[in-house]
Amino acid sequence: MGIYSCLGKNKEEVLQSLKEGRSGIGIDPKRIEYGYRSPLTGIVEKPQLKGLLDRKLRMYLAEEGEYAYMSTKEAIADAGIDEQYFENNEVGILFGNDSSAEAVIHSHEVAKEKKDTTLIGSSAIFQSMNSTVTMNLSTIFKLRGVNMTISAACASGSHAIGIGTLLIRNGLQDMIICGGAQETNYLSMGSFDGISAFSTRTDDPARASRPFDKNRDGLVPSGGAATLIIEDYDHAVARGAGIYAEIAGYGFSSNGGNISQPSDEGCYRAILKAMTEAEVTPKDIDYVNAHATSTPQGDFFEAMALAKLFAEPKTLITSTKSMTGHECWMAGASEIVYSTLMMQHSFVAPNINFEEGDEYSRLLNITPVTVKKEINTYLSNSFGFGGTNSALVIKSLK
Amino acid sequence: MTREEIIEKVNTFLIEEIEIDENDLKGDALLTKDLGIDSLDFVDIVVIVERTFGFKIKPEEMKEVKTLDQFYDYIGSKVN
Repeated sequence: MGIYSCLGKNKEEVLQSLKEGRSGIGIDPKRIEYGYRSPLTGIVEKPQLKGLLDRKLRMYLAEEGEYAYMSTKEAIADAGIDEQYFENNEVGILFGNDSSAEAVIHSHEVAKEKKDTTLIGSSAIFQSMNSTVTMNLSTIFKLRGVNMTISAACASGSHAIGIGTLLIRNGLQDMIICGGAQETNYLSMGSFDGISAFSTRTDDPARASRPFDKNRDGLVPSGGAATLIIEDYDHAVARGAGIYAEIAGYGFSSNGGNISQPSDEGCYRAILKAMTEAEVTPKDIDYVNAHATSTPQGDFFEAMALAKLFAEPKTLITSTKSMTGHECWMAGASEIVYSTLMMQHSFVAPNINFEEGDEYSRLLNITPVTVKKEINTYLSNSFGFGGTNSALVIKSLK
Repeated sequence: MTREEIIEKVNTFLIEEIEIDENDLKGDALLTKDLGIDSLDFVDIVVIVERTFGFKIKPEEMKEVKTLDQFYDYIGSKVN
């Protein structure tokens, strides 16, 4: 696994932040100048790739691709493989990503000013496509297996892992680099801010993202990248790999309705599919990493779905978005990294800022503080615009 | 603009922006074979030259430009 987010630039830093319940949210002054309703965002440090990568491998990476390079580099080392391995084995890549705005906007600005597209430069095309992350990483690491990007709004990263799992289960690949990436530049989120989806609690950024809390007022956009090396079990054992966990169930569904309105029924079906495939019941789930983004409607409907399953067994539930903000296209992958770190170190990271529940969230066992807890099985939810839902059930190998 | 000034400006962007090794910047170096400039690099060189020297390279005028010396001469012919 590898992670590069507003909680830290690697697994060790992120683990510490999760344990401490540290928020990665801050203010981006450029957003104020640009006319954002809310300048709140996850603060992600730009990686310095000069010296790590040659110009020709570096310049086609968009912002989210740079993050993904960092998280993937960490994941590859963690998995005990190197570039030589990719030469001798067919390894694939599937990432969740659903925008790459900065290069598109810069291209437009140059063409508008110069009236000449040949002055845009060579990098914009490779930075501006949704598949920018997978096209670049497959080139950098010289991958020879499946190579594509999954675009499914805020469930992209989760679906990428789910689809990767299906390819492996069907014997089509032995190993796939899966993940999610999300840009954080001010050019990428203006239209999202424009529909008043973001929290305006700017007086105290660390308290702005408050999933499930009665006084939540919107999400806080964030970003970075997360990478997981998923692999056929026998293949991993045969090469002596360290194994974090098993992807035991992947459930998906579509709400079949409104483009932005969430649905408890759609969430519920995806969760149920994942649990059925994993052969678990609610009492077998030790922890739920909720999608909950801190929007009034989204959290309400997810809490309604979760209450049907997890109110009675009092399953521990948190949304790590309380600390990270909403990592959007990346979230479904990063939250598997966060939850697997919790599984590895036997704790549940807090749902910070949860002070008072609403009609459904008060029925749930949501912890605002870190809890020591052995996790053998967890559920991770991801939902997105257009009614796309993804749920993953992960089991430890204990 | 003197030839020395042109050489300095061209070498600066080749080193800093195209990241070509300074030691490879010899007058008789072939742009493609010796300096490794490919078609995508050339797209960026067009942008940089427009920004640095204020004119747009026309690909048809570059057909006979094979070496770095010839490139300096071509720039000189456009700016002077």
